[in-house]
Amino acid sequence: MDIFANLLPAELAHHVPVLVVVIPLIAAALAAIMPNGRAGWTVAIITASIVALFSLVLLAQALDLGVISYALGGWAPPIGIEYRVDALNAVVLALVGLVGLLCVIYSLPSVADEIEEGKQALFYSAFLVCFAGLLGVTITGDAFNVFVFLEISSISTYTIIAMGASKDRRALTAAYNYLILGTIGATFFVIGVGFLYAATGTLNMADMARILQENGHDRVTEAAFAFIVVGLGLKAAMFPLHVWLPNAYAFAPNFVTAFLASTATKVAFYALIRFLFSVYHPDTAFVQMSFTWVFAVVGVIAMFVASAQAIFQTDARRLLAYSSVAQVGYMMLGLGMGTVLGLQAGILHLINHALMKGALFMALGAFALNFGVRQVADLAGLGRTMPASAMAFTIAGLSLVGVPLTVGFDSKWYLILAALERDWWWAVAALILSSLMALIYIGRMIMVVWMEPVPAHPGAEVKPRHAPYMMLIPTGIIAFANIYFFFDASLLVSLSGAAAQAVMGG
Amino acid sequence: MIDFPHIEALADVSPAWPVIIGGLIAAAVPNHLLRKVLALLAPILALVLWFNPETIGTYGIIEFGGFTLETFRYDNLSRIWSFVFILAAFINGLYGLHERDRLADASGLIYSGAGLGAVFAGDLLTLFFFWELTAISSVFLIWGARNNAAYKAGLRYLGIHILSGVLLLAGAVIRASETGSWAFGEFWGEGMEGGAVAAGIGLDSLGGWLIFLAFGIKCAFPFMHNWLQDAYPKATITGAVVLSAFTTKLAVYALARGYAGTDILIYIGAVMTAFPVFFAVVENDLRKVLAYSLNNQLGFMVVGIGVGTELALNGAAAHAFVHIIYKALLFMSMGAVLLRAGTVKASELGGLFKSMPATSFFCLIGAASISAFPLFSGFVAKALTLSAVAYEASHGHPELIAIWLVLVFASAGVLEHSGIKIPYFAFFAHDRGLRVREAPANMLIAMGLAALLCVFLGVNYGVLYTLVPFPEVAAQYEPYTFDHIVGQMQLLIAAMFAFTFLVRMGWYPDEKRSINLDFDWIYRRFGDGMVRWAWAMVDRLMAALGNLIAAARAKFGSRMFEAFSPMGALSRDIPSGLLAIWTSALLAIVLLISYIAR
Repeated sequence: MDIFANLLPAELAHHVPVLVVVIPLIAAALAAIMPNGRAGWTVAIITASIVALFSLVLLAQALDLGVISYALGGWAPPIGIEYRVDALNAVVLALVGLVGLLCVIYSLPSVADEIEEGKQALFYSAFLVCFAGLLGVTITGDAFNVFVFLEISSISTYTIIAMGASKDRRALTAAYNYLILGTIGATFFVIGVGFLYAATGTLNMADMARILQENGHDRVTEAAFAFIVVGLGLKAAMFPLHVWLPNAYAFAPNFVTAFLASTATKVAFYALIRFLFSVYHPDTAFVQMSFTWVFAVVGVIAMFVASAQAIFQTDARRLLAYSSVAQVGYMMLGLGMGTVLGLQAGILHLINHALMKGALFMALGAFALNFGVRQVADLAGLGRTMPASAMAFTIAGLSLVGVPLTVGFDSKWYLILAALERDWWWAVAALILSSLMALIYIGRMIMVVWMEPVPAHPGAEVKPRHAPYMMLIPTGIIAFANIYFFFDASLLVSLSGAAAQAVMGG
Repeated sequence: MIDFPHIEALADVSPAWPVIIGGLIAAAVPNHLLRKVLALLAPILALVLWFNPETIGTYGIIEFGGFTLETFRYDNLSRIWSFVFILAAFINGLYGLHERDRLADASGLIYSGAGLGAVFAGDLLTLFFFWELTAISSVFLIWGARNNAAYKAGLRYLGIHILSGVLLLAGAVIRASETGSWAFGEFWGEGMEGGAVAAGIGLDSLGGWLIFLAFGIKCAFPFMHNWLQDAYPKATITGAVVLSAFTTKLAVYALARGYAGTDILIYIGAVMTAFPVFFAVVENDLRKVLAYSLNNQLGFMVVGIGVGTELALNGAAAHAFVHIIYKALLFMSMGAVLLRAGTVKASELGGLFKSMPATSFFCLIGAASISAFPLFSGFVAKALTLSAVAYEASHGHPELIAIWLVLVFASAGVLEHSGIKIPYFAFFAHDRGLRVREAPANMLIAMGLAALLCVFLGVNYGVLYTLVPFPEVAAQYEPYTFDHIVGQMQLLIAAMFAFTFLVRMGWYPDEKRSINLDFDWIYRRFGDGMVRWAWAMVDRLMAALGNLIAAARAKFGSRMFEAFSPMGALSRDIPSGLLAIWTSALLAIVLLISYIAR
């Protein structure tokens, strides 16, 4: 980590917080005027590499210094907009940056296959806007700025989801549905922020927290709380506000699904943590009550209902999408425990889930590229025709179930420890039962991949054909990370621990 | 015994490591010769390390990530089990010498080493690690058969055993959170009243039950046993031999350490001894017959552990020791038959003693041992358990008389299916004209070694009795008393007479009928086929229950499908307007909560 902290010259290092957002925004404009997809991709890959590097620098700095505060345009906070990095959002930034980079590497063959040639450069442009938006939500310390970046990322997300229409026209209705619901969520959120502004007279989150602490809460701030929870909950696919997600994931281009699944809901979840723990104080009575009676309850319901929905799906990506909703339930449960350990487990699962779902959706994208796989039944024989991708898929799937030797085991282990700490035995039982349900739906896919015979077309067995290395390598890296971080668990555990400490204190 | 020098530098090295590391090297070495040297050398190294500790104690303590892992606990219980494991590993290496299969060599060694490691594990985390390692490494012995049935059976086997490991871990976590300790049953305690030994874990908590279940799966408790008969007969020739030695005996060891004196084990064990008899007699695949008889033998050990007196635990340990050897011998002889004749189906074999005289001879010794003929190893071990049960039955536990009778009945069953059926149908019976070559020399040497041990331990039982957990109790025990021998011979001779009688009269056109008659003879002693009638009733009841459950499940499944499938009520695409209402509803809930909370 020290290498990264001192990597850049001091002049540059000072401006890294803003550059991480500005560079992709400018690059988006640049990508839009590129003549073809490949040139657009080149812009995207350079941007993503820089962002990934900068996010690591920020993470190292944040772990080193504690909090980095950057005043935008030289206007000192709380009047001006502040970018504020602590251990919590530095971790999320690094996750978005690194997974984003892997996704961009992966995107070239996948996008070339799925998006019309003429629109590819624009696609990368929209992707970069979305990327910038997600990074902005994560890094900013200003409540209204969160809303702005949330909208930037959302609107571009609607666009890139809709671009799946060239393969499946249902992408359009999926994107439209998401647009309506996302807008409702954003509206709720901005209403909440408005209330808070009315009550505190500031938009800077740290300042808000201070004023709320001094003045105490009244009906206005409580109403603001409810609006913010629901608004951000919708973005984070909190049950039962997740209905936009399955179709959006199922019909978007494969690369978009892999990217969104491992970043977008994670960033929204981060924003939720930020508001619940930093702006509002977790010891406040109504916040605590909402932990137990909203987040834990909704989390557990999601773990079961969404898992049951996943079990019966026939579309592979829809299946994994429902599983994502269930996994968000795990994170909500961890958050709902309201303890440092619970939050740490939630954040750890957030990181690990990005690794699992990233690899799963990437492998599915590779299957789709080679054989047009969409349904679970189409996975037949892929263990023999695309063994490397199928292996990555299997590892990530086992990780999702929480089998030992994978990171999924780590986060479930920490969730169980956190539940035991609170004496929530029902939560332990729920975690184990819902893991068994995950075993059913993932097992069903893995069985088809490895046990079913290779399909014949026409008459002759389909020949083995591995995915392009551009796709195989990022998939392999993420799948390997699923195993690696089991053995080197201390890194992720200490990162998530630092993140939880950063907002819970103690 | 040979006096090995004490090597201080290696004091903390568990005998498991040379075997596991040997296996890992074997996985990477393409040269057959080198791998075979490893397969024989690794157990010898393990033996040297086994002799290394001078006193009882825990060695090889590793601090890892805040946990203390005890990798080498050397005490009176782990001593005997690890010794026979090392012995079995060596014999297995010898038996597999002719095979040219890198996968089999490597997985066989790693599996043996993992078994050793689990026996030496001093805490539940270390146990869990080796527990899973045995499962993962041994599945390759099944897959090594390289056919589809074996592949699928292997997957089922792996699934069951991973489940067992997960249960073990869950139980261990719960126990650790309750007691704050990961310790795995400090077995070697003071003898309790009536000579009972303190159970290391016990069934007084949820964690205890989960671990019990984990051990039970691995020990093939009734209704959890199917993996055994499913997987072992489908394994490779050497694979079945290797598998027969470790997995279940490891579970018996774990039970002895954790649950000695737990009453429920007596009844579980009694059922285990009795029920496989029924399946074994009708089974045609002789390796499957051996798998069933394995179950029956485990039952004896489980009963011994359940009784939990020093005598009974001696019986369980001694039985496990000799059982590993003679069961391996039987599996080896059937493996030799499979190798040469290409089948172990009773209906296709017969008369092989002419072409495979040595194998037949060794098989007979194994059969005599498993049937507990006096002067063979099975006798001196089984006598301990039976005596322990009889002693308890006559000293305040009259309900154990029934158990004792079940064990006697099961002993006759063993003679029937393992002692007579196996050698008779393979090597004698109707000559089907199979003329094959004798087994390879290395197989014969391995079988000869095992056969020698069977006889040696049967005669010089003193050697065995010094190894058992309570040698001072065993030293006072005399297996060759008049009533033991007469009682056993009555049983054996009567059963053999029935068999011979049928052979002479030519009343055995197919194997099934002769066996039914033989059983009738045994049943008559206990009340005219009552057992069989009850069994048939149970069978019907189970079938009816099975149908009921299947119907209920189908109904439940279709309900779930109606609710959750893509077209189901809960998974249909919901119009966005409806979701807006949902959103408002949730908002209302959160508002309400904020309003109430003060």
